[in-house]
Amino acid sequence: MSKIKTQVFVMAEQAGGRIRPVSLQIVGKARHLADQLDSKVGAILLGQNVTERAQELIAAGANSVYLGDSDSLHPYQAELYTEIIVNLLLEHRPEIFLLGSTFMGRELAPLIAAKLKTGLTAHCIDLLIDNEGILEQKIPAYGGMITIICPEKRPQMATVAEGVFLNPELDSTNIGDIIPIDLPEKFPLRVQTLEIVVEKPEGVSLETASVIVAGGAGAEDQDGWQQIAKLAEVLNAGFGSTRPAVDEGWTELETMIGQSGKMVSPELYIGVGLSGELQHMVGIVGAKVMIAINNDAKAPVFEQVDYGIVEDCRTFVPALVETLKKSND
Amino acid sequence: MLNIIVCVKAVPDPNDADKLKIDPVTKSLPRSDISLVINPLDSHALEAALEIKRNDDAHITILCMGPPPAGNIVKECLALGADKGILLSDPAFAGADAFATAYTLAKAIEKNGAVDLIFCGMASSDGATEWVGPEIATFLNMPVVTMVNEIVENAGDEWIVKADYEHGYRKVKIKLPAVLTVTRNLNQPKALSFSGILKARKKEIITWDLKDLGVPVENVGLKGSPTIVTEMTRLESRREVEILEGSLQEKVDRLIKILKNSGVVNV
Ligand SMILES: Cc1cc2nc3c(=O)[nH]c(=O)nc-3n(C[C@H](O)[C@H](O)[C@H](O)COP(=O)(O)OP(=O)(O)OC[C@H]3O[C@@H](n4cnc5c(N)ncnc54)[C@H](O)[C@@H]3O)c2cc1C
Ligand SMILES: Nc1ncnc2c1ncn2[C@@H]1O[C@H](COP(=O)(O)O)[C@@H](O)[C@H]1O
Repeated sequence: MSKIKTQVFVMAEQAGGRIRPVSLQIVGKARHLADQLDSKVGAILLGQNVTERAQELIAAGANSVYLGDSDSLHPYQAELYTEIIVNLLLEHRPEIFLLGSTFMGRELAPLIAAKLKTGLTAHCIDLLIDNEGILEQKIPAYGGMITIICPEKRPQMATVAEGVFLNPELDSTNIGDIIPIDLPEKFPLRVQTLEIVVEKPEGVSLETASVIVAGGAGAEDQDGWQQIAKLAEVLNAGFGSTRPAVDEGWTELETMIGQSGKMVSPELYIGVGLSGELQHMVGIVGAKVMIAINNDAKAPVFEQVDYGIVEDCRTFVPALVETLKKSND
Repeated sequence: MLNIIVCVKAVPDPNDADKLKIDPVTKSLPRSDISLVINPLDSHALEAALEIKRNDDAHITILCMGPPPAGNIVKECLALGADKGILLSDPAFAGADAFATAYTLAKAIEKNGAVDLIFCGMASSDGATEWVGPEIATFLNMPVVTMVNEIVENAGDEWIVKADYEHGYRKVKIKLPAVLTVTRNLNQPKALSFSGILKARKKEIITWDLKDLGVPVENVGLKGSPTIVTEMTRLESRREVEILEGSLQEKVDRLIKILKNSGVVNV
């Protein structure tokens, strides 16, 4: 096999018998980056009964899939996965290594980066190649966008949330190699995942909702939050949140929209009692119509929406819900 | 006795967030005095340690890397019930990314001596990488569980914990010494008490600088950071906003029209 100069590697993740969408999305992005670098895409796939899924990664743009299919790889074991991935990266020396911002990706990425003594950027919202072939990693910060690079250490590592990049076109005529990984035998685990329990998420799923109502710190308390929840309910909308709402315990982390939460693309977005901080707003990609309700006419959110309502949400939202209910009857 | 380290970061007070905006002209952060508070998740990390101490023989050390005013945050943790505080402060530590931060904290933990448990927050409110805990674990060759939301069993040196996972949780067995990063669902931090503040007066805070840690200057701070920030841009607004006018009910009615016109809402 001829050695190629550079490679872009991706951690592919599967759950419930399918490749996670975020993994396909980053394979698609890796394909673009690799084309610019004149290099190849390698995807790492670990699990039990996952061999059939490898072809999907090739269809999404991977040139090779490094495949570990074994009982010992289910459920996810941090130390074993780290060992396998670090060894692969040391062997193939890719320029870039991308992971999804899943719970697994967020734990594995720093374990791998620290072992390889390289840099790592969290929750990127864009990835570009600069003139010197270096990966520019964009994240929102301080009311703007910052660019982070890892100039010397390799691989350049980043995590990316689901929905940041588009689903790639799957081309089943793509040809690639599926390369089995030599798995370490009898690997001692100091930390062992005993089981992974999936409890069904409630309500309208945010990722697929065409209408999203999001609430923020302006709800002020649990009562105010419940009023916004009612609005979401009568509109049959997904109900999202900002970080302070999660911090206050009004809602679960799973509902948080933004850079370190969910990336959503509804037709209609209504932001209630939230300031329009970029870390939240970057999570609403490509919304068609955007509306904000905030009692401060100077709130930055009013520069980022189509319609603004300067009102106290605690009086406006109940009035809106009442009128909506009447017109529904 | 359990020797516990709690890593605590002093973060900008969210009420000062306006001061932390990129300057549109200089494209950099304006220097200003921003007051510091304890990273909210780290008060849950401290509470986890205090809960253990309420039932077992334990010694809690606070470890914080930051500028000298961060010492106040360490003091606050002592008043909340921690036994000892270490502040890592040196101009050379400034500008550290997660890697250099974790490296420096790990070196301090080694210097401090025996340790059974290290608690971190799942994320800091300003950096929010979530990397520091697992990277400390790697540098110290310890196992780690991230995003712990419940301690199920903590007898002996094999613990069972629950941690956040997609649409549910995972149950994990971990052998001590270990690093755990915690979520806010783990516990409810208690408020400062007057007697705690009095007791804290007698507790020691050690400050260590680069020399004390005995590590090469090129391994810490900006120099020891594999990643660098190369550019900051302010985002310009992309939408032309229409502010709805009129009485409350007029605004309600107008909004409902807009919702109808969107074609995705049945009203
Ligand atoms: C690295 C990093 C990652 C982050 N990731 C995310 C993320 O993924 N998602 C996220 O959401 N945040 C994230 N954050 C936090 C983010 O920076 C902001 O702090 C957060 O989005 C602000 O939420 P908010 O608008 O609800 O609160 P605030 O900024 O406090 O705004 C509250 C708003 O409500 C208005 N208000 C108050 N009372 C009322 C009332 N009665 N009626 C109407 N309006 C009222 C106020 O005028 C104000 O504009 C991140 C931060 C960092 C540093
Ligand atoms: N400068 C610091 N000093 C002490 N602990 C820190 C520091 N930075 C990060 N931490 C710890 O690492 C956790 C995660 O931080 P981060 O990786 O920045 O999201 C925090 O909750 C703290 O427990």
